[in-house]
Amino acid sequence: MPTIKVDGQELEVKEGVNLLDALLSAGIDVPYFCWHPSMGSIGACRQCAVIQYADEEDTRGRIVMSCMTPVTDNAVFSVDAENAATFRDSVIENLMLNHPHDCPVCEEGGECHLQDMTVMAGHRNRQYEGKKTTYPNQYLGPFIGHEMNRCISCYRCVRYYRDYSGGHDLSAFASRSRVFFGRAADGVLENEFAGNLVEVCPTGVFTDKTLSKHYTRKWDLQSAPTVCQGCSLGCNTYTSERYGEIRRVHNRYHQDVNGYFLCDRGRFGAGFVASSKRIPQSGIRNDQGLYDAVSLDTAITKIQAIISEGTKVVGIGSARASLESNFALRQFVGQENFCNGMTEIDQEMHGIIIDVLQSKLTTPSLTEVEEYDAVLILGEDVTNHAPRLALSVRQATRNLASEMAGNTQIPQWHDAAVRVLAQNHRSPLIVVTPTEDRLDEVASSSMRLMPRDIAELGYALAEEIAGNTTSSTPDVEAIARTLLEAKKPLVISGSSSQSPDILKAAVNLSLALKDRNDRAGIFLCANECNSVGVAMIDNERSISELLSTSPSVVVVLENDLSIRLGQQFSSSISSVNNLIAIDHLDNSTTSASSVVLPAATFAEAEGTLVNSEGRAQRSMAVYKAQDEIKAGYHLIDALAGNERSSTEVRSELSEQIPALAGILKAAPESDFRFEGAKFPRMTHRSSGRTAMRADISVHEPKQPVDEESALSFSMEGNQQQAPASLRAYTWSPGWNSNQSVHKFQSEVGGEYVGGDSGYLLFRESVDIEPFSKSTQAYSALIPRYHIFGSDELSAESEELSTLIPRPYLRINNTTAKNLKVEQGDGLMCTINNGNLQFAVIVDEAIPDNTFVYPIIPETRGMNGISSTDFSRVDDWVQDMDPLSPKTITTDRSS
Amino acid sequence: MKSVILAIWSQLVTLYQVLLHTFTPFDTVQYPEQMPVLPPRYRGRIILTRDPDGNERCVACNLCAAVCPADCIALQKTEDEHGRWYPEFFRINFSRCVMCGMCEEACPTYSIQLTPDFEMCEYDRQNLVYEKEHLLIAGQGKYPGYSFYNVSGKSIKDKDKGEALNEAAPTDVRSLLP
Amino acid sequence: MEELVIYLVIIATLLGAFGGAGVLVWFERRLLGFWQDRPGPNRVGPFGIGLAVADIIKLFAKDDWIPPFADRFIFTFAPTAVVMAMLMGFAVVPYSKELYVTDLNIGLLFFLGMTSLAVYSVLLGGLSSNNKYALFGGLRAAAQMVSYEVFMGLSLMGVVMLSGSFSLVDIVNTQAENVWFIISQPLGFFVFLIAGIAESHRLPFDLPEAEHEIVAGFHTEYSSMKFGMFMLGEYLGLILISSMIATIFFGGWLGPDFLPAPFWFLGKTFAFICFFILLRAGIPRPRYDQLMSFGWKVMLPLTLVNLLVTGAVVLWM
Repeated sequence: MPTIKVDGQELEVKEGVNLLDALLSAGIDVPYFCWHPSMGSIGACRQCAVIQYADEEDTRGRIVMSCMTPVTDNAVFSVDAENAATFRDSVIENLMLNHPHDCPVCEEGGECHLQDMTVMAGHRNRQYEGKKTTYPNQYLGPFIGHEMNRCISCYRCVRYYRDYSGGHDLSAFASRSRVFFGRAADGVLENEFAGNLVEVCPTGVFTDKTLSKHYTRKWDLQSAPTVCQGCSLGCNTYTSERYGEIRRVHNRYHQDVNGYFLCDRGRFGAGFVASSKRIPQSGIRNDQGLYDAVSLDTAITKIQAIISEGTKVVGIGSARASLESNFALRQFVGQENFCNGMTEIDQEMHGIIIDVLQSKLTTPSLTEVEEYDAVLILGEDVTNHAPRLALSVRQATRNLASEMAGNTQIPQWHDAAVRVLAQNHRSPLIVVTPTEDRLDEVASSSMRLMPRDIAELGYALAEEIAGNTTSSTPDVEAIARTLLEAKKPLVISGSSSQSPDILKAAVNLSLALKDRNDRAGIFLCANECNSVGVAMIDNERSISELLSTSPSVVVVLENDLSIRLGQQFSSSISSVNNLIAIDHLDNSTTSASSVVLPAATFAEAEGTLVNSEGRAQRSMAVYKAQDEIKAGYHLIDALAGNERSSTEVRSELSEQIPALAGILKAAPESDFRFEGAKFPRMTHRSSGRTAMRADISVHEPKQPVDEESALSFSMEGNQQQAPASLRAYTWSPGWNSNQSVHKFQSEVGGEYVGGDSGYLLFRESVDIEPFSKSTQAYSALIPRYHIFGSDELSAESEELSTLIPRPYLRINNTTAKNLKVEQGDGLMCTINNGNLQFAVIVDEAIPDNTFVYPIIPETRGMNGISSTDFSRVDDWVQDMDPLSPKTITTDRSS
Repeated sequence: MKSVILAIWSQLVTLYQVLLHTFTPFDTVQYPEQMPVLPPRYRGRIILTRDPDGNERCVACNLCAAVCPADCIALQKTEDEHGRWYPEFFRINFSRCVMCGMCEEACPTYSIQLTPDFEMCEYDRQNLVYEKEHLLIAGQGKYPGYSFYNVSGKSIKDKDKGEALNEAAPTDVRSLLP
Repeated sequence: MEELVIYLVIIATLLGAFGGAGVLVWFERRLLGFWQDRPGPNRVGPFGIGLAVADIIKLFAKDDWIPPFADRFIFTFAPTAVVMAMLMGFAVVPYSKELYVTDLNIGLLFFLGMTSLAVYSVLLGGLSSNNKYALFGGLRAAAQMVSYEVFMGLSLMGVVMLSGSFSLVDIVNTQAENVWFIISQPLGFFVFLIAGIAESHRLPFDLPEAEHEIVAGFHTEYSSMKFGMFMLGEYLGLILISSMIATIFFGGWLGPDFLPAPFWFLGKTFAFICFFILLRAGIPRPRYDQLMSFGWKVMLPLTLVNLLVTGAVVLWM
């Protein structure tokens, strides 16, 4: 470890980092703009200037940019030297020349990196008297606002958007003091990770429109550490609230999971909490089939009466409900009467995923995925099904670039140099999917195969790598060679293919690879945010199996059975006299139930989820729900006549299901304290306490008490000392923006001081045998995931729902001819007694008589539809491309 | 010893000086028989003012709420169809207000101002909760002539990009001229 | 006949003391107001004198609350003790040559004894409140009053030596024959004055209830008339000490004949009450340790010197 001297202080720094990184890691404040821990240095903003001395005797030194300076042993620097400070002051003065007088009307104000750095560098008065440059704004979609005047030209946005996340439609235009960052024309930003611009931009050029709609300053937000419910990766988020309404979701750094970035589904998908479909109160169905709003107690009494009359009570859990709720239901109905609410195919797939997690096969974290230098994607639509993983895969393709840089002595953080050196050289990425994929553009080769063929390919690869065959196709040989030549090959597959065979093939392939190369890894994406968790609780009975035992009462927990059962939904539940639904949003199941109980969403209730890599993570309640809305486990406990806190539910869960005992380590329990105090959800600057509710009553009520967790619904307590899983927001003196996260990291980009949140449940490695080859005939209907719309809950968010594609069917020419349609015509089918119309997209890559349809809210009941159910729509009028957003409104300020 | 004597002497002088005040006139004003003359910058009832064009000056930046030591200001930002920020509601709970004037100091738009009116007692505390319609006046208050949006870079109705104080006309990104 | 006079005097004393204390509440505030260039309470009745009554009504009307954690019996008893002790002290005060409740031959000692009893009231009040501020106040009061009692008594011994009697009537008579003791015992007067303030814990020596430090000291938990009785006790003490100073050092009822003797006494007492209020208006509160060291290191030696000199003079003359 090199030792450097900074302002007379000796620092031991990490080998191979740049000086800025080292200084920030050591807790020394240096202002910066263009540098980002994930994106390296380009030395564009000149803000992080320090003085480097030749040796101890040198008194003059020279100004260097700390982000572009490697740390070498015995180097002598000064941050505080007057020259450097004056230099930084004048740099920011120049950066601020054109910055408008906007802070009061800027969404970034109060958490603005530019504000922080201006204060840090000491700039106060604008001495230049010339005119300020102004720019027109652009419409960038429903998520991101654009206010170009505020730009300081640090280039972080395009570096992030183009270089890091692989977008194409955001660029720097024009030259000198007219540099403009935006799109060539107005339009929705295409990249799935565009939302991170809000956090990447150090000032208010790119702002969160969904927040601006009901804007609240950062200091006024009541936040909690939550876990994203959008997919199975379990990205860490801060969800923030004011006036009992979710205002925004921000990235919560986790070294191993999401790092600094989220996908747009996670960031903008929490709006469902305030959806108009939200169930605010219990309801009992009356004779007319309508629901009478009743108090929770009445509903509970009614359900208890129904249950006491009934002969057999069964419970259906859910992959989008917490472990606690699922476990409470399983206890309530008994183990033999519980099913985890997944389809048979999902259950089989998640059984395989759990087998893999338990096995000696290595499942990397998202950050570790970035280290694999050859990736094979087998049948998984990564970008749309588990989006954040796609971002990691994109970074993995840069391993060749780092290797090339290593060979030429260029430090890895020297971003521009590394990219110029590598040009288009990328580590191999092989994408094998049924339809075109967003990752194709960075893939070394892409193959379009149908699910059964993908499974065949996987088995063949396994055989080839194990050396059991001599008659492989050239494709197989080439892929096998790539995987074998790699230092760290990774196989990615997942449940989006809805084909267990592909998973089995991927496992066989990984086992074969593992025998040849111990560093090989496998990543299997699960289906929903807690699929792995519920499969660990119970994976024995499917829904139809459970319903075939002719139960008299069915309790459905946060699950829409019409999605799982598809066409069989109506017939399956018709024999059930009493369906009791516990859910937060209105859906087909709640509409078919005799009693509905209002369940709390992730924003209102604490819950533990297990992600695809087997990491148990606790999501905390952001605010206290209205009286009638309660967490799923509390509602079920009320039915059972129990009263337990989430902590008590968890401790019983960990006793009864030893595999899940680790969830207790995911986060501290409710009795955890720091110096006797709980941890605040509000910032110490939180305002308006005595006026927020004054229109209702001038007498302020007591702050609600959180009995479930060690967090408090107030500003009391110590946020700076909170453990990572209880830190409700990130703020440090002088660092109001999210950049303050480095103050809580052991080193820049490292783990949190005191450890990251969450706990990896699978720590043993059991040997598993390769699966015997099975290639079932695939269904003629192949679902295709979409980042916006395929997730049940986030699709109900107001802004996000405008980007959901409309129903379409992708078929080839032959199929189209048979159905007498062509590109742009309409097809229809009957789903659950309703007609659904699709636009036809002709795609020659699709085999005959095969239909690719999108998983969107309208098509949720497609399960069970066959190819013969489609018929031509005669009066179809095509208005626009079904894949493009439903609405494009022009921005007022453009 | 000298200090002890000095100390005692000092106490006696104090007593004498205090005693002399028996004959000085009162400084207090016999309100309500006699109305006090209050300077314009007296810190009494809070108002929201309008800019010279008659629009609300408040841009809902939340700084007054943040600085309020009694936390008695609550507001919610919203914006009109042209992008002008204004408060959807603006509420001051005067039963908590300590008339410290920090909100006025923090206000970047001269919107919130304290006035010399201090007679605002109520028998019912609820009546001390003032909403925007109670706070907003028709005029500009103490600081005439200032309009925040004329100096900020944000475009609003009738003021496009480049039309604010000291701003150049919007850049033509597609221009190839140097 | 003589008994009737005594009863009348007793009734007059009680009425005078209570009424005086009540009026003093208003009077003190009014006077403080003048010295602070404001009118003070001037709203209720002419000159605001009605405030004295209003205050009493208010005190009676307030919620008489005994904290659940307090010792009920002692908590209730404590405030009565101070009033009783102070009223007993008035028994030996002579209003004129013939007008007094009783002329004890140990009158001075009786007075000292009664004022000492007041310390129980404060201490018990502080202790029974079961509140840390009250306890601090009680402890401070105990230490302060016990200390200052020592030289309060000793400072009067010069007077006793010169007059040869503990009887207050005799003391005044001695002054009629010779000069007032303020002339012959200036040091004794000085010490007694200061000890008197400390004994009645009036400002600037009101450390037991120093509101800047310990909320309200020993009566933090008291409300309504129980608090009123502490207040009453304080004002009774003020009147008592003033009347004692007038009696012992300023010739009591002595004065030119154009006014009856009791008026001279009352006038002198009133003057000292005003003086005490002036002290309050002008002098800040010392620190607690300053008060104690001032007592033991300055006042006590001074008293002893006074005794020595007085003794020597008495022996020589």
